[in-house]
Amino acid sequence: MLHNLRQLIRYRPLIQSLVARELKARYRGSVLGFFWSFFNPLLLLGIYSFVFTFVLPSRPADLEPYALFLFCGILPWTWFSSSLAESSQVLISGGNLIKKVLFPAEVLPIVTVLANMMHFVFGLPILFLFILYFKHAVLTLGELAWFPVVIIVQLILTVGLALFLSAITVHFRDVKDILGNVLTFWFFATPIIYPMDMAPPMGRALLNLNPFTHLAISYQEILFYPGPFGHWRWLLAMVVASLLLFVAGYFVFDRLRDSFAEEV
Amino acid sequence: MTAIEVSNATKIYRRYSRRRQFATLKSAMLRGSVIADLRPEETFAAVRDVSFQVASGTTFGIVGRNGSGKSTILKMVAGITKPTSGRVRVEGRISALIELGAGFHPEISGRENVFINGIMLGLSKREVARRFDEIVEFAELEEFIDAPVKTYSSGMYMRLGFAVAINVDPDVLLIDEVLAVGDEAFTHKCLDKFGEFRRRGKTILLVTHSLGLVERFCDEALWLESGEIRAAGDPKRVVGAYITDVEKSEEEHLAAVNARARETADQGAAAARSDETAVAGEVMPAPPDVPADMFQAGEGRWGSRELEIVDVQFAGDNGRIAHIFHTGEPFTVRLKVRATRPADDFVFGIGIFNADGICCYGTNTGIEDLASAEWSGEGEVHFAIDNLDLVEGTYKVDVAVHKRDGYPYDYHRLLYSFRVKSRTKDVGIYRPRHRWQFSPNIRFKPPI
Repeated sequence: MLHNLRQLIRYRPLIQSLVARELKARYRGSVLGFFWSFFNPLLLLGIYSFVFTFVLPSRPADLEPYALFLFCGILPWTWFSSSLAESSQVLISGGNLIKKVLFPAEVLPIVTVLANMMHFVFGLPILFLFILYFKHAVLTLGELAWFPVVIIVQLILTVGLALFLSAITVHFRDVKDILGNVLTFWFFATPIIYPMDMAPPMGRALLNLNPFTHLAISYQEILFYPGPFGHWRWLLAMVVASLLLFVAGYFVFDRLRDSFAEEV
Repeated sequence: MTAIEVSNATKIYRRYSRRRQFATLKSAMLRGSVIADLRPEETFAAVRDVSFQVASGTTFGIVGRNGSGKSTILKMVAGITKPTSGRVRVEGRISALIELGAGFHPEISGRENVFINGIMLGLSKREVARRFDEIVEFAELEEFIDAPVKTYSSGMYMRLGFAVAINVDPDVLLIDEVLAVGDEAFTHKCLDKFGEFRRRGKTILLVTHSLGLVERFCDEALWLESGEIRAAGDPKRVVGAYITDVEKSEEEHLAAVNARARETADQGAAAARSDETAVAGEVMPAPPDVPADMFQAGEGRWGSRELEIVDVQFAGDNGRIAHIFHTGEPFTVRLKVRATRPADDFVFGIGIFNADGICCYGTNTGIEDLASAEWSGEGEVHFAIDNLDLVEGTYKVDVAVHKRDGYPYDYHRLLYSFRVKSRTKDVGIYRPRHRWQFSPNIRFKPPI
């Protein structure tokens, strides 16, 4: 397993060019091209803002501007959920590569996660523009220093889960359908459209078990709420948890690796 | 030095029962058999205990029927699958031409695909850039290299895939029947490239059905049969043994076909004979099932059977009974015949038809001015051809005995098949004896 991980570093150029290809191919032939990376989260944000401003307009005052609060959670969530949804399919759709080319299979889910991360990164300028627009000037260097840490934790966590999902989907194709529903549930079980302190005490204990809760809260604390970053203990715990999840996911992937060429 | 070493490699695939195939996570969990279902129920050894070595710098061919395990071995050497037991060791950089252009993305341009494919096959970006022009030139795609790959024809696609793979400059090149694609000119170009590889001392492992290629190109060959080695060593000898074996099974197949034809004809004959006894003693009318136009008729047997062809056999060299013959060999059709009563009006006829139903040759004793005089009891008729000058293919034979006026005694229409094999893949319906002559200023390379 360690050997395979080291091998992976050799394939960095391949991962780079595959991510670039993924991004290019996704918008090839569409008029707006790369701008969809900006527009998609923007449109989603528009929908949620509309619903929660005009249809369900009751909120505590500290959630203003609500659109910005939402954006802090939805942008990373989109990265997370599309990565998982796509990577569960990626070994099957890339079956030709696995069967016909000598090729470390873990490159495929990793590329999926990284390509989605690039969409996330393209969305960040919009997020910062929003922060400036709302004059919600609470960004301090001390808080922003935590921002890359959150992203790295999310990356490790997502890659770990993506490896696990891609490997078991090869054997159980219904993971795809299960996953769609799990992700919907997961979205509402994460404080993205509501703040953590609106959850009842019982639910809060359960929400704490959800790893994405701590990522979402971290993003919100850094980018939305004023004051120093108070969630850092949880975030450090998440560093450990995400590393453990990554190792577990990679272990499962590695164990099932030899079956891919025969099963896909 | 050995470049490829395969020792006692066995590859076992799972074969799923219907139940397992439709099992889902849900049903597996309901039955509580998630773990049990991951275990194969039935296994199938695609390759069984195969060992061979390929010396560095040699070209090694693997031949065998479909499903004999050739491609599995190639995939194990390429490292795409691992042997279930045993070991596979390869020295140096491998490039596997298993499926050309696997991994091309249809939406992006040929140029970008060349880079990604090259990197996938183990080159660095700089190396691809250095070889880029060469790759495009080899693929003959200068004009289209910036168009998306989805607009390419399948030939263009294959050419580009081949060009990238061959320019990876591997130490060991694995080729799985990829020369079947592409037009004649491109195939030649590929062969030239392989020749260049050989000269530069690279190792090539070739899996193919093109036996000529193995004989011409390979230093050593291996014949696989149901996952096991049947023969290994000198390519001429291995290919020869393989061809003989293929002919033997074809022979058995044709023999079975002819036996079946004979059987159905005999059943028809038995039915006809019971009619015959009913009208015994009267003047024999023409049998009712005689087709109006014999050359349009389908296969079958008809006739009054007063004079009868009891058995038909084909014989080759030295009277050996066979169903497969080689162009130019002697060939004899042997008829065992019987007259139920003495006769003086009879004509023997024969016709040879190719697979398209075209009559390659037809004659009878009447056409050849042999006037019948007397025949009683059992006998044999041989129709001997000194040199069977037919092109490769399967042929069917008509044999008949009838009256001079055409009244059929016994007519066997297209019931018997034989096969002609030829080293030369010439075409047509027959092969005249011929030779080429050239004035001294027109020269050809000596055969390889």
